[in-house]
Amino acid sequence: MTAMVKAEGVHKSYGPVQVLKGIDLEVAPREVFCLIGPSGSGKSTFLRCINHLEKINGGRLYVDGELVGYRQQGNKLYELKDREVAAQRRDIGMVFQRFNLFPHMTAVENVMEAPVQVKRETKSVARERALRLLDRVGLADKAGNYPSQLSGGQQQRVAIARALAMEPKLMLFDEPTSALDPELVGDVLDVMRSLAEEGMTMIVVTHEMGFAREVGDSLVFMDNGVVVEAGNPRDILTNPQHERTKSFLSKVL
Amino acid sequence: MTIDTDKGREPEDERPSAAASTAPETLKAIPVRHFGRWVAAAVALAVLALLINAFAQGKLNWGAVPDYFFNADILKGVRNTITITILSMVLGVVLGIVLAVMRLSKNPVTSAVAWFYIWFFRGTPVYVQLLLWFNLGLVFEFINLGPIYKDYWSSFMTPFLAALLGLGLNEAAYMAEICRAGIQSVDEGQTEAAHALGMSHAKTLRRVVLPQAMRVIVPPTGNEFINMLKTTSLVIAVQYYDLLQSATNIGQTSGATVEMLILAAAWYLVLTSVLSVGQFYLERRFARGSLRQLPPTPWQKVKANLLSLSNRSAVGGGAA
Repeated sequence: MTAMVKAEGVHKSYGPVQVLKGIDLEVAPREVFCLIGPSGSGKSTFLRCINHLEKINGGRLYVDGELVGYRQQGNKLYELKDREVAAQRRDIGMVFQRFNLFPHMTAVENVMEAPVQVKRETKSVARERALRLLDRVGLADKAGNYPSQLSGGQQQRVAIARALAMEPKLMLFDEPTSALDPELVGDVLDVMRSLAEEGMTMIVVTHEMGFAREVGDSLVFMDNGVVVEAGNPRDILTNPQHERTKSFLSKVL
Repeated sequence: MTIDTDKGREPEDERPSAAASTAPETLKAIPVRHFGRWVAAAVALAVLALLINAFAQGKLNWGAVPDYFFNADILKGVRNTITITILSMVLGVVLGIVLAVMRLSKNPVTSAVAWFYIWFFRGTPVYVQLLLWFNLGLVFEFINLGPIYKDYWSSFMTPFLAALLGLGLNEAAYMAEICRAGIQSVDEGQTEAAHALGMSHAKTLRRVVLPQAMRVIVPPTGNEFINMLKTTSLVIAVQYYDLLQSATNIGQTSGATVEMLILAAAWYLVLTSVLSVGQFYLERRFARGSLRQLPPTPWQKVKANLLSLSNRSAVGGGAA
């Protein structure tokens, strides 16, 4: 079975600053893959490389067996055209720390936007699915509200519905609960848990150790641009092997 | 399959409302007396009275203003002023958007060309530009666009075209900067979210960035429109028959020069007032989604002000 995501020696630098120094990892289909680590460790950058929001400087990155952002012919690597990159991103949903809902559209319009504009679906089909998805994240009654009229937790659940509307094979979560009031975190995590139960492949950058332990199938601890420790979340969180992991976990747990 | 996520509670919907408790007792206090305000109001009224008195004593034939207000020549001038304003703004906005996108493009050549254009047209007075367009005939005898069009420059560059080019090309430089600021004001996360959904650059610009940029672009564009209406009075330099030109002509032949200038001023005020009202409602429309509560309409404001006046505790009403 091909891995859903496969990274081989992925490097990324901004000018002289190396953010990723050779990441190797594999995410299997239907897996919930959690990335933890201190801020600046490169975990968000790695996540953004997976859908080519960031260009990698070295190594190879595959999603579902397909090279991300490039095309290889013989020994030569060609950059993909914008249109081809957009086509690759269609199948990868992403949820951002700061929601990034479109503020000039209502909740249901946010969810409909990509299917109508990218997949050329008719509005009625898209609206029907959008309402179903909003119902599923518990926001059926908020369909007509603008994002500014919703709480952070509600906005993030709309953002999840918006990503799901494209029927992705992979979902990327970039600290989805970090910008939320503590009492609103639970609702978002519940939605993510239900997605995991349905078998969605998910890569989650998070500080929610409880979620990683209960829902995660594997966990990677990153620091300073490298993978320090990888394995079963319950093993790592209860019995970390590396000093760096131990000191990090002692501060966050 | 659907999962019920709000099985327990929906906390953000059920916060206890403060209004539930009993209304507090109304305080009875003597308000602060603002004597300075009374003095300032008296001074302002006195100056106004002096001004009115001065004009009342001047040898002005006030009757000429209403007599000529709907004169056929004046109305023609008004029509021409409105036409040249609208067409120059259309040219300015369209070219301005193109220049803004050029300025923001990654191509250094297009970006530099746009920069140069803006530098030139913002750096020279519009009056000089109008005269330049009009007098180019002194150096070009013909205009020759190959097989499409060929004519004497003097019959090609009519007063109308000189006015349109002079005002429109100048306006484009200002509109370019306004549009650039608007596009740049949209959060980068919006572009990222659109890209992550698989939307192309063009679609992201059209569906996500520009609608949000409009909120920043519309207010200054409304100001530009009003400014443009007034700036059109300069087209007298290229002999275009606008409102001011028609009023001056009548003034010279009838001897009522000042009266006709007052008439022109009155017409300009009418036109700018109409535009201001239009701008207000346009801004209200583009504020949708970014404000929880839309700003009050003038009528709502007047009502609120009257209410607060009658309450005598007038400290910044308007918050209806």
